[in-house]
Amino acid sequence: MTEDILSEVKKDYVLSKLREGERIDGRKFDEFRKVEIKTGLIEKAEGSALVKLGNTQVVVGVKMQPGEPFPDTPDKGVIIVNAELVPLASPTFEPGPPDENSVELARVVDRGIRESEAVDLSKLCIEEGKKVWIIFVDIHALDDDGNLLDASAIASICALLDAKVPASRFGVGEDFKLPINDIPVSVTSLIIGEKFLIDPSRDEMSVGDKTITISVGRNDEVVAIQKSGDYLLNESLFEEVLEKSIVAGRKIREEILRQCSKTC
Amino acid sequence: MHKPERLIVDGKRLDGRKPDELRPIRIEVDFLKRADGSCYLEMGKNRVVAAVYGPREAHPRHIQDPTKAVVRYRYNMAPFSVEERKRPGPDRRSVEISKVSKEAFEAVIMKELFPRSVIDIFVEVLQADAGSRTACINAASVALVDAGIPIKGILTSVAVAKVDGTLVLDPMKEEDNFGEADMPFAFLIRGGKIESIALLQMDGRMTKEEIKEAMKLAKKGAMEIYQLQREAIMKRFLEEEEND
Repeated sequence: MTEDILSEVKKDYVLSKLREGERIDGRKFDEFRKVEIKTGLIEKAEGSALVKLGNTQVVVGVKMQPGEPFPDTPDKGVIIVNAELVPLASPTFEPGPPDENSVELARVVDRGIRESEAVDLSKLCIEEGKKVWIIFVDIHALDDDGNLLDASAIASICALLDAKVPASRFGVGEDFKLPINDIPVSVTSLIIGEKFLIDPSRDEMSVGDKTITISVGRNDEVVAIQKSGDYLLNESLFEEVLEKSIVAGRKIREEILRQCSKTC
Repeated sequence: MHKPERLIVDGKRLDGRKPDELRPIRIEVDFLKRADGSCYLEMGKNRVVAAVYGPREAHPRHIQDPTKAVVRYRYNMAPFSVEERKRPGPDRRSVEISKVSKEAFEAVIMKELFPRSVIDIFVEVLQADAGSRTACINAASVALVDAGIPIKGILTSVAVAKVDGTLVLDPMKEEDNFGEADMPFAFLIRGGKIESIALLQMDGRMTKEEIKEAMKLAKKGAMEIYQLQREAIMKRFLEEEEND
């Protein structure tokens, strides 16, 4: 009950600020919160990253093992993205099998990585038709202060950038760095009437969960879109979101490169 | 399935369609006896059935909302609907499709008229051939009208794909598998005009200009599908009048 009342108060505050053309934390409408990336935190994983996006925290671990390829891509590695929204991360998360929100989160992150062809899967074949590298990307939410999706996407690509293929451990040659071709960045906007806020915080999300995520790859190309939430979006607003998301995505990519080149 | 050398030859697609052409569509309203509203729809080789139950009492009670109806949407594929048998039950793909489709319908159903109740939309894919989620939305939309549930307008759904660098309307299986991008849309159509976007997804690689072009193409296709949905609904209610 107190949660409900607080949420109503926050909602009014967010909306009244918005009428003055401001966000509650002073950010510009198209500005991300501060991104902090720490790679290599989990030594047992082949690659890992802890990402803070404002107060939202996610850790992603990458594990790899040889396995069977898909019949239609016998000479390519396999990548599987999974998300666990554990109850430690938010009072609204519950233990148990993944619900539709965590399934959607994992699939949207997966789509960004897959469709941008971020990982060069053709270099992950061990024996054609029999053995390829299977890459598991596991997203573990730690603190949901809004926009877990973009934080997870950043953490996933950073963990992949950090990853080494453990070939010697499985007796199939020398270890090598996971080949990465692109750095997809997902950009989520909260839609409020005819306005939108990029990278919404949890307080801003109290207005409603009407979002659109645009994943951007190299050359400003869009690699995935997902409208989420029960609302109607008008075409001109969509075009505006598209423009701003591409620019915001470019900035985050630079930030990832800057922080990851130092650590990995 | 092997990748054909080219998906577009002399401006024609593998099945002879032009880039801006839909597959043949057939709609049958009031297809099921028990459901409050229903529809059978074929879109190319897609064969889907949609049923609407409700508004009815929401069970279990804790899902009830005192201010409006709860909408549920279940997208389910029959095990025999695809080349390789699909294991029965929801997989991650079905869960996601159900979620985004439900949200699209929640935005157009006048939920406030039915507090504490539930409106169930069930769609079964009997045969899938790319674009099954769009076929299901088109069928569900007609089934909602058949059930007499108040809505802001008709939802009409269609996808656009990019194949061999060309944008094509309503992609079939080969174009979906081997194309460069796929972008499903659903629009709210009210008073014969496209008013807004209710569902929007994309995967692949597209420039912002291509996305705007895809939107135009999808709107053209949606208007054609809308006419067919409208005709099917009109036919059903005219028949009812004649039988009375």
